[in-house]
This record gives sequence, C-alpha cells and structure tokens, in this order.
Amino acid sequence: MTILRSFFARIVGHCIRIFARSITAVRADWQGIEPVARQRVYYANHTSNADMPMIWSVLPPNLRRTVRPVAAADYWLKNPLRAFIGPEVFNCVLVDRRPEVSDKPMDKILAALDEGSSLIIFPEGNRNMGNDALLPFKAGLYNMGLARPDIDLVPTWVANLNTIMPKGKVIPLPLICTVTFGTPVHVNDGETKDVFLARAAAALADLRPKDQT
Amino acid sequence: MTSTTIDILWLTVGAFSILVSLTFVGEVLRARQDPDTDNPVLETYMTRVQSWWGMVAFIGIAMLVGKVGVTVLFAFASFAALREFLTLTTKAQADHWSLALAFFVILPLQYIFVALEWGGAYAVFIPVYAFLLLPIVSALRGDANRFLIRVAETQWGLMITVFCVSHVPALINLNIDGYGDRAILLVTFLVMVVQLGDLLEYFFGRRIGRTKIAPGLSPKTWEGVVCGVISAMLIGACLNWITPFGVWGAMGMAGIASVAGMFGNLVFAAIKRDRGVKDWSHLIPGQGGFVDQLDSVVFAAPIFYHLTRYFVGTA
Repeated sequence: MTILRSFFARIVGHCIRIFARSITAVRADWQGIEPVARQRVYYANHTSNADMPMIWSVLPPNLRRTVRPVAAADYWLKNPLRAFIGPEVFNCVLVDRRPEVSDKPMDKILAALDEGSSLIIFPEGNRNMGNDALLPFKAGLYNMGLARPDIDLVPTWVANLNTIMPKGKVIPLPLICTVTFGTPVHVNDGETKDVFLARAAAALADLRPKDQT
Repeated sequence: MTSTTIDILWLTVGAFSILVSLTFVGEVLRARQDPDTDNPVLETYMTRVQSWWGMVAFIGIAMLVGKVGVTVLFAFASFAALREFLTLTTKAQADHWSLALAFFVILPLQYIFVALEWGGAYAVFIPVYAFLLLPIVSALRGDANRFLIRVAETQWGLMITVFCVSHVPALINLNIDGYGDRAILLVTFLVMVVQLGDLLEYFFGRRIGRTKIAPGLSPKTWEGVVCGVISAMLIGACLNWITPFGVWGAMGMAGIASVAGMFGNLVFAAIKRDRGVKDWSHLIPGQGGFVDQLDSVVFAAPIFYHLTRYFVGTA
C-alpha cells in the first residue's frame, strides 16, 4: 500500500510538472549557481500558491528528489487531497505556525537539513499582495544560516507568477514564468540579524527582471 | 494518392535534402576543427539546423494530414507566440479576465472560423469584436492606471500573433479557378520563400552587407535585404509549379512576401529592443522563441492572402 501510494505520488508529481511546463513554459535561469547536487536552501519571493510547484518543477530530477519545501501545516493538512500532495508529492517539511505548539518549526527545519535535504523556503512568511517587491523577511533564514553555516542560501526569484495566478482567480494565464537562481549568501561572522536579512533581501530583489511592472 | 499529396511529398523530400546538405556541411566543419577548441558559431548553427529538422517534420506531417493538420499546427504556434508576446506587455490584475478570454476564447474561435471557412468572421472577429470587447472587460474592473497602454498592447499582440498567423492556414480556404484542392500548397510556398529568403538575407548580409537599414535596431543591411529578396523571387519562380500565379506572378508574390517579412522582422527587432530582450523566449533551441521564428511569416501572411484573393481568387 505504501509502495502504491509513493508510486502514485510520483505520477502526480510528473503531472504537476508537465502542467506547469505546458501552461507557463517555466524556465530556470541559473545565474549564480550551477544545477548540481549540493545541499542548499532556496529562499524565494512569494506572490502565489504556485510559487513552490514552479521552483520544484524547474529543478533537475536529481535535485528535485532531495529538495523539501517548507510549508504551513494548516494549509497542507486542510483536506485529504492537500495532505496527499503536500507531504507525499512534494515531500514538504510541514511546520506549525501557531505559537502555542511545542513542536518548533526551526527544529523540524534543522532536522531536515541534518538529513541532507535541500529546502525551499519563503522568508516573507505570507504571500505578497502589495506593490513592494518584497515584504520584510522573518528571522528563520538568519537562524538557519547561523546554525548551519556551510549550507548555501540561494536567492530564488520567481517572475510573472502573480499575473499568471493572482489570488482568488481560478483560470491561470499562460504567460512565461522564469525562476532565477542567484549567487548564494551566508551569514558573516558577527553579522546581526537585521543586517543579514537586509543583505539577503537585497540579493533576492536584485534578481527581479528590470522590465517588470 | 492525389497529385496534391504527391507534390507535398516531393516538397518535403526537397526540404529534407536541403537539411541533409546543411547538416552535412556542419558535420564536416565540426570534424575538421581541432577537438579541443570550441566554436560557438558552429554550435549555434548546428542547433538551428536541428530545430529546422523539427519544423520541417511538423509542417510536412501537418500538410499530409491536410487542412485540419495545418490549422491545428498554426493554432498551437499562435498560442505559443501570444504567450511570448503577452509576457512582455503591460498588464494589471484588472486585465485578468480579458487576457484569459484572449487565450482561451478568442484564439480558439479565430481558428475555428478558419477551419469552418467563415471568411467574413475571421476577417473581422479580432479587428472589430475582440478590439471592442476586451477593453470593456478590462474597464469593468475600474482600474484606469495605464489603461490605454494595457488595452493597446493586448490588442496588438492579438492582431500579430493570432489574426496574422491565422492567415497562413486561411490560405487553404481560397477558391481559385482551376486550382481545386491545391490551395494547401500556397502554405508551403509562402513559408518556403519567406524563410529561405530570410536565411539568404542573413548569409548575404554577413558577406557583403555595408549599409545598415536601421542602425541601433538590427544588423540588417540594404545589400543583404536586396540579395535576400532577389533570392526569394528566384525560389518563388522555381516553385511556380505549385502556385496558380505562373512564373512571373510567382516571382512577384514571392518578392512582396519576402519584403513584407524582412521589414516585419525589423518591427519585431524594435519591440525587442524596447523591452530589453534578445529573444522572445527560449522555447526553440538556437532560435529563441516562436515569435522570433514566425515574425517574417506574420507580416507576409495577411498581405499574401489578400493579394492572392484579389488577383486569382473567385470568391
């Protein structure tokens, strides 16, 4: 049964990838890193629920097998379909955002890193609906960088998705989406949280295409 | 097997033999160069030739399937081209519905009209009905910010990538006395003279080009364009047996299509330069996007369609 489920999860994964590719012709632009197997944390801008599947779809198969998106448990455990897709198809690290739980998100994230997985995270915390390029980053990225200084933190800009799939719209627009991977950042010795987060956000915002309106 | 099918097979064989010789030249050059050095020009050339193989195969199969095949092929090309075009245009959240209509209603309907041979419908559907309807849909959302730019760019994209491209399969609908079901061959004629003219324009422009037509926009030169158009006319004359035009008529039509195509290419170079991109997308290896590949055919198709209808058409 478990084998059957994981087999089915792989089929669904392929379908999601093919769908993403045929609608948005999504493409990876490897500006700052090479698409090689190396442990990384991809931190990305977040404008749409489709961001994570897009990044996941453009990663080459060997990278995709070791990557785990960090996602909100309340979203992915809402119904049985999501509970299948989130944890089993995307192999998400589910974190509970409620402050009262004892199961701290950072412990789960560090445990996943220690298993050797790469991660996809959205340090803005919520979807960005405004006109600013990025919302202020949460502390998580800094804490990861501090706790596991060897791991590359890769800025990852997902372009165009907010027009493809705006919040509340059902029909996706088939525009071309680009995922740009920038040069990795690390927490420097003695760097404070605010300084690092500002630097990481600037590195991500730099990848934004200039003509984007 | 009808004589039209046999002609299509001959044309496909002809196109394949051109490709075989181009591939052969590339492989010889590759074998002769020092294996340690890297020749980017040759590698680009080889990727392009590979993409041409794909294109010739697709068009050949579509032609053998017949009108439905050609219409479906160009509908997909339109879809890819519209996607590339609208990726680069100005749009806002308020345009979501009008853009969705453009992709999922207007584009399919235009090709359905072509397939049903409703000449009146596909001639006015986008220039009149889409032109009036889409701004209404956008305006209903109440966002005035850059409204005219948004609706104008969307309409331009539809005209270029859907209306103009749909005139390639529409050629099959033309009624020409004594030509019967051979109108499908006009598609081959148009695509071949325009594409080969472009290729030779590039070749001659590289060899003997001096005077740039629009410096700062495109490397196109007057010398290259003149040689390209003359070559297209000669190719047109050689292909006159598949057209209803006769030798001189085929030369003239090939020349007009080729001139329209080359200046169309210049227009697209201006748009790309304005938007700061080199290619429209990455979908065809070595060639950029569908719009890069279609740009000259886009400009030539409606003109070729209407002139053919005017000179030799009966209805």
